[in-house]
Amino acid sequence: MNEILIAVIPVVIIGIICAVVLVAASKFMAVKENEKIPVIRECLPGANCGACGFAGCDGYAKALAENEDTATNLCIPGGDTVSRKLSEILGVEFEDVVEKVAVVRCAGDCSLTQDKVEYSGIESCTAAKLIFGSKGECSFGCMGLGDCVKVCPNNAICIENGIAHINTKLCIGCGLCTKACPNQLITLMDDIEKVIVTCSNRDKGALTRKACKNGCIGCKKCERVCKLGAIKVENNLAVIDYAKCPDCDDFGVCARECTTGCIVTSDFSGIHRVKNL
Amino acid sequence: MTKFIIIMLSAVFINNYVLSRFLGICPFLGVSKKLNQATGMSVAVIFVMLMATAVTWPLQTYLLTPNNLGYLQTIVFILVIATLVQLVEIILKRYIPSLHKSLGVYLPLITTNCAVLGVTILNIDEGYTFAESMINSLGSGLGFFLAMVMFSGVRSKLEGADIPKAFQGLPITLVAASITSLSFLGFSGVIENLFA
Repeated sequence: MNEILIAVIPVVIIGIICAVVLVAASKFMAVKENEKIPVIRECLPGANCGACGFAGCDGYAKALAENEDTATNLCIPGGDTVSRKLSEILGVEFEDVVEKVAVVRCAGDCSLTQDKVEYSGIESCTAAKLIFGSKGECSFGCMGLGDCVKVCPNNAICIENGIAHINTKLCIGCGLCTKACPNQLITLMDDIEKVIVTCSNRDKGALTRKACKNGCIGCKKCERVCKLGAIKVENNLAVIDYAKCPDCDDFGVCARECTTGCIVTSDFSGIHRVKNL
Repeated sequence: MTKFIIIMLSAVFINNYVLSRFLGICPFLGVSKKLNQATGMSVAVIFVMLMATAVTWPLQTYLLTPNNLGYLQTIVFILVIATLVQLVEIILKRYIPSLHKSLGVYLPLITTNCAVLGVTILNIDEGYTFAESMINSLGSGLGFFLAMVMFSGVRSKLEGADIPKAFQGLPITLVAASITSLSFLGFSGVIENLFA
């Protein structure tokens, strides 16, 4: 009995000392956390996409709680619903979120262009770009190796017929894919727009035409047909100034008149509008 | 001085905790995927090893051994190390939040790491003095660091390699680990002869 006590007592004493030290330490050195942070964090979608410009949802919640100047409409995936909730919690005026949707500015699929090289390396656009400049004939186009697919938090992107397609009904507009694409083909645009140039080739017309049948050859026909002057051909590529589009009374004329069909009209309204319907 | 250098170098290379003694394999396989994580974990381990030795060595020498309580070594050491790590975590959170954030989840993870317990017990078994124990702990920590950093390099190569389906994931990692460990066997006998 005595031997057991000799063993037990020291361990118990050491254990108690340890416990006392820990309790004292946690009491005296407790870090006060802003109680708003968990509440705000609860409202955010939790995709940790970084579209707000902070390090994940936790970072945005912290910034909102600690700095009153932080805007409540930065969460693009959350849209108006989240913005409204945040405004309620923080007691500031509600600001409308400009919902974004990602679009691929390349439509040169397997039927319109072909591969320049037989690529059998790592399945990554960045890797292919480093080695050959590009996998396909067009050095500006989509290589279809799926760097964007890998980063998409909502599985909104798929590779079909050799190029990336974005399902706008799933796209939350976080913009992670725009950073992943080595050719900067993917851009975010306001999801109210209806017309887009599906080519990014800045080569001269003849070269472009040789590489891809969908390519913008810089013929400037769209420039002429657009009465508002919203389209300009810069570096052999048509660029649309969306600020002028709302005044258009002949919607889609640029798309109808485009000689190669690289300007298209489509419904790009993303996940946010789908929910509202 | 020569003895310190021998202890240090043999802890890093010959008796490398991960690659020769096979202690601390779980963080070695678990967090060696990325270099920055591997370094974070290793720095935490070095820190905890030093702290643990600084506390357990006096405890053993002045409390357990004089009272013939040597058999309580394991349980007392675990208790003390766990408390110590928790304490360090609380202090870091309060005073150096940035370091606390970068060490993150690894700090609590190593409370019960066998490498940390191993180093404290082996210090006693080898009969080291306090200074020698501290040097040995530092060396062991550095050895862990070396193994982690090396292996994270190996694993980043594995990421891009074309591995047969049956070997993908953990199997090929273990194969790579064994080859890395083989390379460390080459060091045995080197250090003793260096100072002979």
